[in-house]
Amino acid sequence: MVSSVVKEEEEREGIRGLGHLAFIAALVAAAAVIFGIARLIGNSYAFFAAYVVVQYIVLGSAWNILGGYTGYVNFGITAFFAIGAYSTVVLYKLTPWLPLPAMIVVGGAMAALVGLGTGYLTLRLRGVFFSIATLALAVVVQTLITNWDFVGGARGAYVLRPKLAPLIGGDYVEYLFLVMLGLCVAVLATARAIERSALGYGFAAIRDDEAAAEASGVPTLRLKLVATALSGGFMGMAGAPLPYYVTYLDPASGFSLNYAVNAIAMPLIGGTASWVGPVIGGILVGGLQEYIRVTISSAVNVLVVGVLMVAFVILAPQGIVGLFQRKRR
Amino acid sequence: MTGSLDLLVNAIISGLLLGGFYAAVSVGVAISFGMLDVVNIAHPAFILLGSYAAFIGNTVFGIDPILATIIVLPAFYLLGLLVYQVYYVAFERRDDQSLRGLSFFFGILFVAEVGLILTFGVDYRSVQAWYVSGNLNLHFIELPWRLLVPFLLGLAMVAVLQLFLSRTFLGRAIQAVAQDQQALRLMAANPTRIKRIAFGLSFATAALGGAALIIIQPVEPSIGREYIGRIFAICVLGGLGSFPGMVIAAVTLGIVENITATFFGPSWAPAVSFGVLLITLAVRPSGILGR
Amino acid sequence: MSALLHVEGLGKRFGGFTALQYVGLEVQPGERLGLIGPNGSGKSTLVNCICGTLRNEQGSVRFAGAAVNGLTAHQRTRLGLARSFQLPRPFGSLTLVENLRIPILYAVNSRSGHSLSGPAILTRCLELLGQVGLADKAHRLPRDLTQIEMRKLELARAMAAEPKLLIADEAMAGLSHAEVDEILALLIRLNGQGVTVIMIEHIMRAVMAFSQRLAVLVAGRKIADGDPKDVVRDPEVVRAYLGE
Repeated sequence: MVSSVVKEEEEREGIRGLGHLAFIAALVAAAAVIFGIARLIGNSYAFFAAYVVVQYIVLGSAWNILGGYTGYVNFGITAFFAIGAYSTVVLYKLTPWLPLPAMIVVGGAMAALVGLGTGYLTLRLRGVFFSIATLALAVVVQTLITNWDFVGGARGAYVLRPKLAPLIGGDYVEYLFLVMLGLCVAVLATARAIERSALGYGFAAIRDDEAAAEASGVPTLRLKLVATALSGGFMGMAGAPLPYYVTYLDPASGFSLNYAVNAIAMPLIGGTASWVGPVIGGILVGGLQEYIRVTISSAVNVLVVGVLMVAFVILAPQGIVGLFQRKRR
Repeated sequence: MTGSLDLLVNAIISGLLLGGFYAAVSVGVAISFGMLDVVNIAHPAFILLGSYAAFIGNTVFGIDPILATIIVLPAFYLLGLLVYQVYYVAFERRDDQSLRGLSFFFGILFVAEVGLILTFGVDYRSVQAWYVSGNLNLHFIELPWRLLVPFLLGLAMVAVLQLFLSRTFLGRAIQAVAQDQQALRLMAANPTRIKRIAFGLSFATAALGGAALIIIQPVEPSIGREYIGRIFAICVLGGLGSFPGMVIAAVTLGIVENITATFFGPSWAPAVSFGVLLITLAVRPSGILGR
Repeated sequence: MSALLHVEGLGKRFGGFTALQYVGLEVQPGERLGLIGPNGSGKSTLVNCICGTLRNEQGSVRFAGAAVNGLTAHQRTRLGLARSFQLPRPFGSLTLVENLRIPILYAVNSRSGHSLSGPAILTRCLELLGQVGLADKAHRLPRDLTQIEMRKLELARAMAAEPKLLIADEAMAGLSHAEVDEILALLIRLNGQGVTVIMIEHIMRAVMAFSQRLAVLVAGRKIADGDPKDVVRDPEVVRAYLGE
């Protein structure tokens, strides 16, 4: 939680002083600018790469709501992400006329429900049991989907990407990027709104000392369920456009451990205390990954992220944002 | 009818043997999580490391796989000491265990898996030994050596550790640390040093567990993840801090998994351990024989 | 029943160990009750069972006329039952003001007709911090506090929940003579404002100065309950706790 000392100082400077609507407007403006630049570049590689980075920002921010703000580590990111992706596959086969945003909402809702279910069973216990349960959840959801022929099972599913983007024209990839940008605005606005609200204080109290929070009147189970549903829901929404992005989705790639590691590593490296951390982590780590993938190899880039994560967790637990905050004081 | 019954009996028996193997891979976590309260979710990665050590010993040097892991046992023990030291300095001392400690081990799990992929590739590896194929023929039943040897290895490991914990001074100190660190400090013993040794032992068991694993099935780097759920389901079901409980839970899970695999197909096995874990957590979180 | 707190037949086991055995206790509104007993006698367990942090296997707890047996700790706090922890448990990443904000947001504001708005909450937090003498450290983090300051914060946070009954669990342990007096004055002032207080302590001087009634817990059982002057002369109490 950004302490009120720092908050007061920055209340007078720039972005931290903005009210909710003003912040959303600023985000939308930034998103529009980014989209505009991408269109100017015109290269579809730019759109593909940018989509990945923004997707990771969404995943990291979603993870951070439960992990950084509330202190409960969710290792089952791949489960929620894939639930979103595969719910799109199902809708694609049953109701292909459904616009993508609607599919995203459905994917998010499915993932949120699964999060609630898992949470309801495990959140009354110590945090570690929740984390272990999410690990096992990832394997189980993967097993279920690998055995589900309707979505292609182990053989995978093909999704035809429309040629033309609705609303804005141009290549469909540009539309995917726009949608992902919209999702990013939504999750960042939500994260920031939480930080400054009673809900955010409740989360912080749970993270700092759950027994004391409960004794102070905080309905810890209810809040943890809220955090789990929000976090899982956004992760599902981040996964929902994936089938259109890759056009061929199989369990091996949909459940790739990379998603899990990145979703955790980026907030840990960027900083878990505020919405800014996952953004910084997403851009830096995403950029670094892309660079290594292109220059050395894709297995090495994944190794580097893992090593960085361990290093930051040990040496700089407050992340990059924390390093800057300490310099300020 | 007798066909089904035969199938069931076979499933139960091989499930029993499988349970012994599961005990071999879980005893390390029974120590690190059950007794030391350190959530080492990276344990399966080190089991895999043991498997690959057995693989190298076997294919490059022609040694028996179990012997190969016994040779590297000291290295694993030292590695355990090192990892605990890092964990202690970075997290336990700062009392910041939950989020970052878990992420630390998750990172190690991940780095180990990727490291193995880069070194050995994603192909399945297996070992050669007389017991990897063939059965022990007792008149009424045939027991595959492939299952029997890991089963015996698992039971032996648990028995030796149990004796160590209850009969030796160091072992009893470890039990004391597991129950009450404060009292230990008052007796002028250093709990950190004892925990470090115990953690080292937990890593040592991973080496032998790895040998058991590669005997039972060919390995490739990503199978570690399947075992996290299994191992923790077993430790939770058995009750943290209880070896006998862990063994019972291991055998139970082995049997239930095997019956499920026989009648519904092998790909449902991971769902079984998750189901067991969830049910245990929901109904009786302290486990069968937990404190 | 006009008693504010009514505990009857409370029993709690940890595995094979019986921590509390058929404990009964009654506290009248506005009363100052002292609770003493040797270490390990179950005092903190009793507090935990009353407040809902632990579940008792036997017996019942009634608070303000309602049975609270199935309620969670946070629900009991919302009803007006608050406690300070023996070892202070502040919210480490929040400033002192923000620490007090939590019970106001979640205990006080949840009661009907009670919602405090943003600026009013800040004022109230500063007021409470002033009452315990921590106003000048309002925007510091708990790790910057001394032992006694942490104790005061712990009490302030319990007070912020605007309780009807406050249980102070060994708030004075290890403090100096003057510091004990400070906390004592604070609790008496609180009681003067209408809050019923149960004080759990080892420091007999403070217990005798504070208590209108004294209860003694030994090995999980209540062995005495009455006028403090009589209780301290009770031979069983002397034998089990006060010594010689």
